[in-house]
Amino acid sequence: MSSQDIPEENLPVTQDTTGSVKLADEKNPFADPGLPPHEHRIQDIDERAAKRSERTVALLFTLSMLATVGFIASYVTIPVDKSVYIFPLGHIGALNFALGMTLGVALFAIGAGAVHWARTLMSDQELADERHPIEASPEVRAKVMDDFRQGAKESVLGRRKLIRNTMFGALALFPLSGVVLLRDLGPLPGTKLRHTLWSKGKLLVNMNTNEPMRPSDIIVGSLTFAKPEGLEEHDHGFQTEIAKAALMLVRIQPDNIKDKQSLEWSHEGILAYSKICTHVGCPISLYEQQTHHALCPCHQSTFDLADGARVIFGPAGHALPQLRIGVNDEGYLEALGDFDEPVGPAFWERG
Amino acid sequence: MSTTTTPESRSRGKAPAGERVADWADGRLGIYSLAKANMRKIFPDHWSFMLGEICLYSFLIIILTGVYLTLFFHPSMNEVEYHGSYVPLQGQLMSEAYKSTLDISFDVRGGLLIRQIHHWAALVFLAGMFVHMMRVFFTGAFRKPREINWLFGFLLFVLGMFTGFTGYSLPDDLLSGTGIRFMEGAILSVPIVGTYISFFLFGGEFPGDDFVARFFSIHVLLLPGIMLGLVVAHLILVFYHKHTQFAGPGKTNNNVVGMPLLPVYMAKAGGFFFLVFGVLAAVSAIATINPIWAIGPYRPDMVSTGAQPDWYMGFSEGLIRVMPGWEINFWGHTLVLGVFIPLVIFPLVLAAIAVYPFIESWVTGDKREHHILDRPRNAPTRTAFGVAWITWYFVLLVGGGNDLWATHFHLSINAITWFVRIAFFVAPVVAFIVTKRICLGLQRRDKDKVLHGRESGIIKRLPHGEFIEVHEPLSQEQLHTLTAHEQYAPVEIGPTVDENGVRRKVPATEKLRAKLSKGYYGEDAQIPKPTVEEYKEITSGHGHH
Repeated sequence: MSSQDIPEENLPVTQDTTGSVKLADEKNPFADPGLPPHEHRIQDIDERAAKRSERTVALLFTLSMLATVGFIASYVTIPVDKSVYIFPLGHIGALNFALGMTLGVALFAIGAGAVHWARTLMSDQELADERHPIEASPEVRAKVMDDFRQGAKESVLGRRKLIRNTMFGALALFPLSGVVLLRDLGPLPGTKLRHTLWSKGKLLVNMNTNEPMRPSDIIVGSLTFAKPEGLEEHDHGFQTEIAKAALMLVRIQPDNIKDKQSLEWSHEGILAYSKICTHVGCPISLYEQQTHHALCPCHQSTFDLADGARVIFGPAGHALPQLRIGVNDEGYLEALGDFDEPVGPAFWERG
Repeated sequence: MSTTTTPESRSRGKAPAGERVADWADGRLGIYSLAKANMRKIFPDHWSFMLGEICLYSFLIIILTGVYLTLFFHPSMNEVEYHGSYVPLQGQLMSEAYKSTLDISFDVRGGLLIRQIHHWAALVFLAGMFVHMMRVFFTGAFRKPREINWLFGFLLFVLGMFTGFTGYSLPDDLLSGTGIRFMEGAILSVPIVGTYISFFLFGGEFPGDDFVARFFSIHVLLLPGIMLGLVVAHLILVFYHKHTQFAGPGKTNNNVVGMPLLPVYMAKAGGFFFLVFGVLAAVSAIATINPIWAIGPYRPDMVSTGAQPDWYMGFSEGLIRVMPGWEINFWGHTLVLGVFIPLVIFPLVLAAIAVYPFIESWVTGDKREHHILDRPRNAPTRTAFGVAWITWYFVLLVGGGNDLWATHFHLSINAITWFVRIAFFVAPVVAFIVTKRICLGLQRRDKDKVLHGRESGIIKRLPHGEFIEVHEPLSQEQLHTLTAHEQYAPVEIGPTVDENGVRRKVPATEKLRAKLSKGYYGEDAQIPKPTVEEYKEITSGHGHH
C-alpha cells in the first residue's frame, strides 16, 4: 500500500523521461509551453491499487445486479396499495419506493462503475487531434459552383420562363389544400361567446345542494356558487356550459352597494356576478367579506363587488359581468335574462 | 473491441465472429470509414461539458418512459364516473384521461414510478437545457462555426417547453386545466383571428371534448419527432465541428486535446447516462411530482390557490400577471392589450438570447472559426448581456410566483407586482452595469497576477523594517492561460472625407456598428491584457520575489 513497496521501475521518474517541464521561454514568457507532461495515477504505478479499483468496479456492477433482483422481487411481492412509514418521508407507497430505489441503485451502480473504471483504469493520457477548417478549399468550391451552373443550365429552368413560373405557381398553391383541410377542426365562433345558458325565468341553483335558492338562503358576507336550472353534471357539454354560466352570489347591505346599476340589478342586496375572471378565464373564488373584494387566485385580479365588480388591482381589463336577478312567484331566485355582455376573457369581436 | 483485421487472421479465413460481423456490415454500410474518423475521436474534458449530456440522457429517458405511459393512458375526454382504487375520488365525474392517469398511479404496478420519472426527467431536461445554453453563451461557444447548432439548441429548448406544457396538460386535472384555460384566454386576445384559432384548437368552445386527444398527438408525435431530428442534427454537428476547449498549455484553435471516444469517453458518457437515470429513479421514489389525485379532475368553474405552471413556463406566467389590464374598445372591437402584449413579449424574451450570436458576429466582423472558449470575464459586454437576460428571466419568474412570494415571505402581493413591473425595465440594466464592472475587475486581477505573481500569503520583513507580502511568479502554463485570449479593437468608421475632399456618406448601420463596437471593445469595456514588455520590465527591475 505505501509507496516504498512500489517496484522501482514503475515509478514515474524512470517511466517518463520525455515529458520534463519546459523552461520558461526567454523571448516570450507568455508563449504556449505545449501539453504538460502526463502525471501518473496511483493505479498506473501500483498494480495493487489497480486491483483495488478493479474490485470496486466489480463490486458496483454486482450491486447493480442485486438491485435488479430486488426490483423484480419488489414487483412480485409488494402489493400495489401497501403503504409504509419511512423516516423522514412519512407514509408513502411501499411499491413505488421499493421499485424506485432498487431501479435507482441498479442504474446508478452501473454508471458509477463505468465512470470509476474509466477514471482509474483506462488510460488518462491526453491526446491531441488536429482540426481542419470547415470551409471547403477554393478548388472544391469552384468545382461545386461549376457543377451547379452546369446542372442549372441543363435544366433550362432559367431559359424556359413559362415552366419556371407555372412550377412556382403550382408549388405555392398546393399547400392550400392542407390549410383548407384544417377548416373542420372546429365550428366558427359566431356569437357563441356572447351567450350563456342563462335566460329569463331560469332559477339559480345552488352548486353544492343542487336546490333552487330563496333570498333568505344567502346571508350577508357569504359567497355562494350557482348554476342555471336544468344544467346537470352528467349532461354532455356540462363542462363547456359551466365554463360560461358559473355564477357567484354575494349579499351586501344595500346601503353599501356603491354602483347604482349594480344595485338595480340585485335583489335585496344579493348580487350575481359571473364567476369567470375577465382576464384569462380562471374561476374567481376568494372573497373577502369585510372589503367586498373578490380575488382571482390565478393572476390576482381583484374586483370590488360592492362597486359593480370593477377591477381594483391586477391584470384584468374590465369588470365582471353582472346577471340581473329577481324572485319568481314561489319566492325562488331567478335570472331576469342572460348576461348583457360576454363573460370571461375579452376577445377581438367583443367590442 | 478493436475491429481492425490483421492480415494473418484474414488469410486463415477464421477471423473472430465480431470481426466477421463488422466486415459484413462494412461491406454494406461502410462503417470502417465512419469508425476511422470517430472511434478515437478526441473529446476535451471540463465539468461544464457534461450539462449537454444531462439534457441528452434525460431526453432519452423521457422517450423510454413516455412510450410506456402511452400503453396505459387513454387520451379521451369522455366523462366517466370513478370506481377505482383511490377511495377519496370514488363516484366523482372525470374525463377518461384523468381516470387512466389515476389507474397508472394506483393500479399499474410501477406505473406511478414511470410517471414520476417521466415528469422529473422533463423538469431536468428543461433545466439542463437552460444551464447548458448559458454555458455555451457565457463561454462564447456559439461563435463561428457553431451558430446553427446554437439555433438548433435554442429550438430544442422552445419545443421542449411546449412539449412539457402539452404533456402536463394531458391528465386533465384541475391544475393543468387551469393552465389550458389561461392559454385559451391568451389566444382569445389575439386581434382578428384569436377566437377562430381558439375554436379550431378546442374543436369549439372551451373546454370541449377534443383538446386532450389533440394535445396527445402533439405531445407524443409531432413535437418529439421534430425534437428527435434536432437532437440528432445537434449531435452530428457537435461531432463534425469537434468540441470546443478552454485555453491552456498545448491547446490551440487548431487542435483538440482530451480523451478518445473509445474507451474513455464512451465509458464516461455511457456511464453518465446510467447515473442520470439512476438519480431520476431515486428522486421519483422519494419525491412526489404532480400528484393529480390530490388536485382533482378539471372543472372550468373550480380552481385552487397557488396555481403554478411547471418552472419553465413560469416566466410567461410572470408576464401575464404583472401586465396592467389595458383594453381598448373601438368600432365594436376589443384590443386586449393586457393579455396580448405579454403574449408578444413571451417569444421576444426568448428571441433576445437566440439572436445574440448574430449580433455579436456583426459587431466584431470576425469571420474566423473559434474553437477556444472565452472565460466570461474576458468578454465583459457579452457576459453582462447574458446576466442581464437571466436577470430579466428571473424577475419574470418572481412575477409568475408572486402569490407564493407573498404567502411565504409575508409580503404584499401588490408590492411584489409593482416591484416586478419596475424591475422588468430596471433590473437588467443594473445587472448589465454591475456584471461589466465585475468582469473588468477580474480582468485587472488577472493582469496583476500575470505581472506581479500570485499572492503567496507569506509576509517578509525587509532589513529596514518594512513588511511586504511575497508574490510568487506564475508558471509559464499559467502565464499562457491568462494571456491567451484575444482582444478586439473597436471598429472605426474611417475618414468621412476622401482624398479629393468629397464627403463619403456613412450608412446609419455602420455608425451603429461602430458605436456598439466601441461599447464592446472601447477603453472602458476591456482592460488591455499585459504585454511581454510590461512583464519584462517589471520582472527584470526591482523584485519583491
